[in-house]
Amino acid sequence: MNNAISIKNIKKTYPKTGILALEDFSLEIADGELFGLIGPDGAGKTTLFRILTTLILPDFGTAKVAGFDIIKQLWDIRKIVGYMPGKFSLYQDLTVEENLRFFATVFNTSVEANYDLIEDIYVQLQPFKNRRAGKLSGGMKQKLALCCALIHQPRVLFLDEPTTGVDPVSRKEFWDMLDQLKRKGISILVSTPYMDEAARCDRIALLQKGQVLDVDTYEGILLKNQKPMLALRSAHMFKLLTDLRRFPATERCYSFGSVHHLVLKAGYPYRENELMDYLQNLGHEDIVCQKIKAEIEDVFIDLMSGVA
Amino acid sequence: MRVLTAFIKKEFWHVLRDRRSLTILLGLPVMMILIFGFALSNEVKNSSVAILDFAGDDVSAQIIHRLNSSQYFDITHRLRRFDDLESLFRQNQVRLGLVFPANLQDDLIGDGEGAIQIIGNAVDPNTTNTTIQYVSAIVADYQKELWQTQEIPYQIDVSYRMLYNPQLESAYTFVPGVMTLILMLLGTMMTSVSIVREKEMGTMEVLLVSPMRPILVIISKAIPYLVLCFVDVLIILLLAYTVLEMPLRGNLLLLLLMCILFVLTTLTLGLLVSTLVESQQVAMFLSLVGFFMPALIFGGYLFPIENMPEILQVISNAVPTRWFYNILKNIMIKGLGFEYIIKEAIILSGMTFLFLVIALKKFKIRLM
Amino acid sequence: MNKLITIETRDLTKRFGNFTAVDAISFKVYEGEIFGFLGANGAGKTTAMRMLCGLLTPTSGQALVAGYDIYRQPNQLKAHIGYMSQKFSLYPNLTARENMTFYAGIYGMKRKEIGDKVHSLIKSLGVEKYSDMQVHNLPLGWKQKISFMTAIIHNPKIVFLDEPTGGVDPITRRQFWDMIYEAADRGITVFVTTHYMDEAEYCDRVSMMVDGAIAALDTPEALKTRYSVASMNDVFIQLARKANRSAV
Repeated sequence: MNNAISIKNIKKTYPKTGILALEDFSLEIADGELFGLIGPDGAGKTTLFRILTTLILPDFGTAKVAGFDIIKQLWDIRKIVGYMPGKFSLYQDLTVEENLRFFATVFNTSVEANYDLIEDIYVQLQPFKNRRAGKLSGGMKQKLALCCALIHQPRVLFLDEPTTGVDPVSRKEFWDMLDQLKRKGISILVSTPYMDEAARCDRIALLQKGQVLDVDTYEGILLKNQKPMLALRSAHMFKLLTDLRRFPATERCYSFGSVHHLVLKAGYPYRENELMDYLQNLGHEDIVCQKIKAEIEDVFIDLMSGVA
Repeated sequence: MRVLTAFIKKEFWHVLRDRRSLTILLGLPVMMILIFGFALSNEVKNSSVAILDFAGDDVSAQIIHRLNSSQYFDITHRLRRFDDLESLFRQNQVRLGLVFPANLQDDLIGDGEGAIQIIGNAVDPNTTNTTIQYVSAIVADYQKELWQTQEIPYQIDVSYRMLYNPQLESAYTFVPGVMTLILMLLGTMMTSVSIVREKEMGTMEVLLVSPMRPILVIISKAIPYLVLCFVDVLIILLLAYTVLEMPLRGNLLLLLLMCILFVLTTLTLGLLVSTLVESQQVAMFLSLVGFFMPALIFGGYLFPIENMPEILQVISNAVPTRWFYNILKNIMIKGLGFEYIIKEAIILSGMTFLFLVIALKKFKIRLM
Repeated sequence: MNKLITIETRDLTKRFGNFTAVDAISFKVYEGEIFGFLGANGAGKTTAMRMLCGLLTPTSGQALVAGYDIYRQPNQLKAHIGYMSQKFSLYPNLTARENMTFYAGIYGMKRKEIGDKVHSLIKSLGVEKYSDMQVHNLPLGWKQKISFMTAIIHNPKIVFLDEPTGGVDPITRRQFWDMIYEAADRGITVFVTTHYMDEAEYCDRVSMMVDGAIAALDTPEALKTRYSVASMNDVFIQLARKANRSAV
């Protein structure tokens, strides 16, 4: 059984800017997997997508998509992949329906032939089918773009930051749709800058500056990257942050939602009383402190600091 | 084939829904024909002329009378001295000065040869040039009549240039020039912008990651604009024929075929531009400055190419508009047949082929 | 505690044809506050923000921003606010220093004043190394920081931030919020929109727009208690679900 995607030692530097986008990048993605690339802008996600969709050539290394070589078997790959680029990539001046029909024709198929695959998504767009794509909201555009990428029943689906700039509700709906597609047997590679979306993938790769920080299931990554951590809050959060950073046992401290996360130095003898005394002496009131487990964003920050 | 049809349909939607480009596409030819046709011909009409008549005989009186009754000239000053003429020119009050030497009639009858001096205000060389030609034509007319009534062939200097425009209708002589410019501008700019727009929007990425071959993308981009440019050709010809009352000389079919050839040249040039640039702005800038300006300067309708320095004459050979302008002049104004434009047609075909080959080579099947 | 009000709106409304983008919103924002302005795509956030910045005339209602009436004094208003959008408002082929100098000039600062201010900002950011590089060569995080500094270079009373941290890595995102805290500490009111719900927790108070109206406005704590959920993300989802206006 072939892997859906197999990447070996890919390297890519952009000649104009000299920016190193990917460095010795290897990754295996199984057939039928929903795989997430998690990382900020500049991590190399888009470059990787473009290499895998045969849009650009790597400087070094090889990759296969559904068993086809990205360099030699370009036209085979183009028949079986669906791609949704990061930039909004529909014809703004064509209507919802016209866009869909056009992309269906480009892939030598028709909307009717593959309607069952997109039906669940397209019913939401149906009321606006005569509206021009440029006049849709962010969430709706995303759904239409997904329909257009799916219309030829691709075996592998590439989604480059489909949820960026979309509100949490639309994002949740979008991930529900991906779950359904996965059940229909499509392998999906999706990238996102939102760490919380990592939990919705079968496996994830954390990327930073063209390098893989870690690859595993969501739970696996959390499990192996735990460090002693505290969550703290008090009446004056900003002052608390600066004070905590000066505390001798602090490896790192940063705000995290309504609390601050404090990573303790490894091997430093820590006693809770000592921290409480330290803070009370600095005039903090209503201090709440509890031990916590690292979340995915904590892990990312930790791994990122290791790279930098 | 189905893909091609769908793609072409889509291109037409783009054009028809973008009111701005549609206005340019259809409005520009109308506007330019009317402006060039009327504004410029009006300027030539009623040119002010100063007369310095040292002859004061029958011949000079006849010629002056003919000038005066023509709609192109207003005799505004009758002078006695050369100095007066010079000061009139300095104050920019007259466009032409006509000097009839003493004993004009005697010279003409005695030696069979007479001379009239025409002094033109070359501040505006094109218009002045045209008016000088008109004067020559009027003189030639008069001379012809003299031939008919007299037996001895008198001769007054006549410009050969008026041969193909004997009615002295100036308006439609601009039509070939305007047509060349419009097709150059629209063909190159519209196609390049329309492809580059897909790059900017990100839709090109999706098209590339599809089984659609590059050649198909190119053809489907070219066809709608070929049709639109051809519509423009028809609009221009119709306007020229009805509004400017231009007679249709030459073979209409040949004319249309040559127009299609030139549109193909500009389209392939546009395709070439689009493969080289990444933004609509650059595409537009390149089309305007890189192609439209040279087309204007080296096309032959603003500045006569024969008067240019040799190096510029050589450069002008590379400008497609120059050759198309020749074709149009030969067919539309002179009414000549295919044998007179073979060279130009071959050059244009060669250029088209060259542009197409480069464009196809440069059109990447990948992003970079 | 007598807090000074920097933004006050009453029944502020904007209609486009039959479509009511912003439907009679009334709220107050206090000096030095970090005010989170949340809502789904198409809920009317951008329209509301544009009205408050004096870029769009309301259909009806009133609003005072930094003490100026948005109908009658849009120009004075603009001189006392800063604005940073998700798309960078910096000129990519100018350096950080040139960008700052340019914007300071636009706000009519004196030459001497500009020089000092730009110098001190660059120093405080620790970007001396980058200050003479063209902006487009800088990493995204630095661009965002410089963008923010440029938005507050003229000491505005309020700074409007429209999704300032989209696509930025978690560390840089936090560094950015540190800057926001500092600005608020100095008394600048921060009015911010975001799609990161953890960032909503950093705000002093949060408003949530649904269908052009403000569906809820309170501290993050109070909102979580009211809807008995654990995070702002859940608050958002609960409220946005009630939307009738289809997201178009």
